[in-house]
Amino acid sequence: MAAKIKIATTSLAGCFGCHMSFLDIDERLLKLADSVEFDRSPLTDIEHCGPCDIGLIEGGVCNSENVHVLREFRANCKILIAVGACAINGGLPALRNFFKLEDCLLEAYQDGIGVDNPQIPSDPELPLLLDKVRPVHEIVKIDYFMPGCPPSADVFWHYLSALIEGRDPTLPYELVHYD
Amino acid sequence: MSGTLCIDGIAVPFSDGQTIIEAARTAGVYIPYLCHRPGYAPYGSCKLCTVKVNGRTNTACTLPAADGQTVISNSPDLQHDRQRITQMLFVEGNHFCPSCEKSGNCQLQAVAYHQNMLDNHYPHFYAQREMDASHPDILIDHDRCIFCNLCVRASKEKDGKDVFGIAGRGIHKRLVINSPSGKLKDSEISVDDEAAHVCPTGAILVKRSAYLAPIGERIYDGHPISEVACEKAVIKAGEASGYPSCDPTKLAESAQQNGGPDSHYAATMPPAPDIKHGR
Ligand code: SF4
Ligand code: SF4
Ligand code: FES
Repeated sequence: MAAKIKIATTSLAGCFGCHMSFLDIDERLLKLADSVEFDRSPLTDIEHCGPCDIGLIEGGVCNSENVHVLREFRANCKILIAVGACAINGGLPALRNFFKLEDCLLEAYQDGIGVDNPQIPSDPELPLLLDKVRPVHEIVKIDYFMPGCPPSADVFWHYLSALIEGRDPTLPYELVHYD
Repeated sequence: MSGTLCIDGIAVPFSDGQTIIEAARTAGVYIPYLCHRPGYAPYGSCKLCTVKVNGRTNTACTLPAADGQTVISNSPDLQHDRQRITQMLFVEGNHFCPSCEKSGNCQLQAVAYHQNMLDNHYPHFYAQREMDASHPDILIDHDRCIFCNLCVRASKEKDGKDVFGIAGRGIHKRLVINSPSGKLKDSEISVDDEAAHVCPTGAILVKRSAYLAPIGERIYDGHPISEVACEKAVIKAGEASGYPSCDPTKLAESAQQNGGPDSHYAATMPPAPDIKHGR
């Protein structure tokens, strides 16, 4: 049997909605399981991704850990795909770009309604926030983009079946949506 | 003057006073546009409608149609340029379609779909622009303005009011409101004005109308912009268009013989590409 195609997925500054949409391919998952295996993804408990064929990145880049994870994916994945609006243009998390980072922290941890024991979290274990949320193509080279918030299950299916069969993925007109 | 011009190998008739884009649109041949609107004075700012006319680059919305012109619109090069132009419009503003009321009814988005634009390509500006929600019926989200000037033209030419203007340059360019406070509420605009409805993006929105058509049933959900924009059904390559196909070489020769305005370029004009409308 031919070696299985390795796929890794991660969610950076995203809501996991794209992963949910991926699962919406429903029974096609079984067909997919015949030819792929998962490296790092919410389905496994792997902390760092190893050498992979395909990496799916959901979410934009909002903190230092996101940058590390994204670079690790780029270094390990032959094909890297930006999945969904947040990965492509920052999406909803990028709405914080219109405020100063300091104001965001103060609102969330100090001045916001209902905040108990106000203090700005500070611990070496916590990733540092970037001053702006960025789309992934501004940090590493991306090979393909799956637009949508989230991309529909059919979009996932189109891309993955094309790549598995060694074709260049293209989207039919009906599947191109930004919302 | 009326006559026939050749667009991507299709003979397209035109009538007196028509520009290339209007001749094409009435014939059902879609040339993408954003700052153009039928019935409005040409403005020529977005450059989306850029075509090759007898080998020379022109904006189809400003160039008058002339007999014997050979127009190339649907070439891979031009489509690529149009995609890049559209991507620039996206990164220069703040376009978060999932949270925009106009999504599905938005010409900018529909044009991007037409160009199979899957990403924004460039680094984002995340320009800081304020919203003006001061008017009881109309809202302006400056994040989404592409400076097409349509609201300016609508207000001046159609409503007789002069409510809008465009000021500044580059990333500092902004839509300004003609009112003592600079706010929409103190201007002369009313919700019945054309200017309140003409915006091709979600920059000018009429309040309380956001979800009248549910998502999935909006204009471009069912029909690609190439169909919506044209008077007749879009002519696809190889389909019976009702118009004869034209031989670009012959038309160019005749243009040269007639000493037409573009005859200088006619001799060097490239052959019409193999057209593939849609995807
Ligand atoms: S104006 Fe159009 S392109 Fe911009 S965010 Fe709204 S729907 Fe998207
Ligand atoms: S507000 Fe709308 S109509 Fe006016 S210039 Fe901006 S995009 Fe064009
Ligand atoms: S439509 Fe021609 S330049 Fe904008």
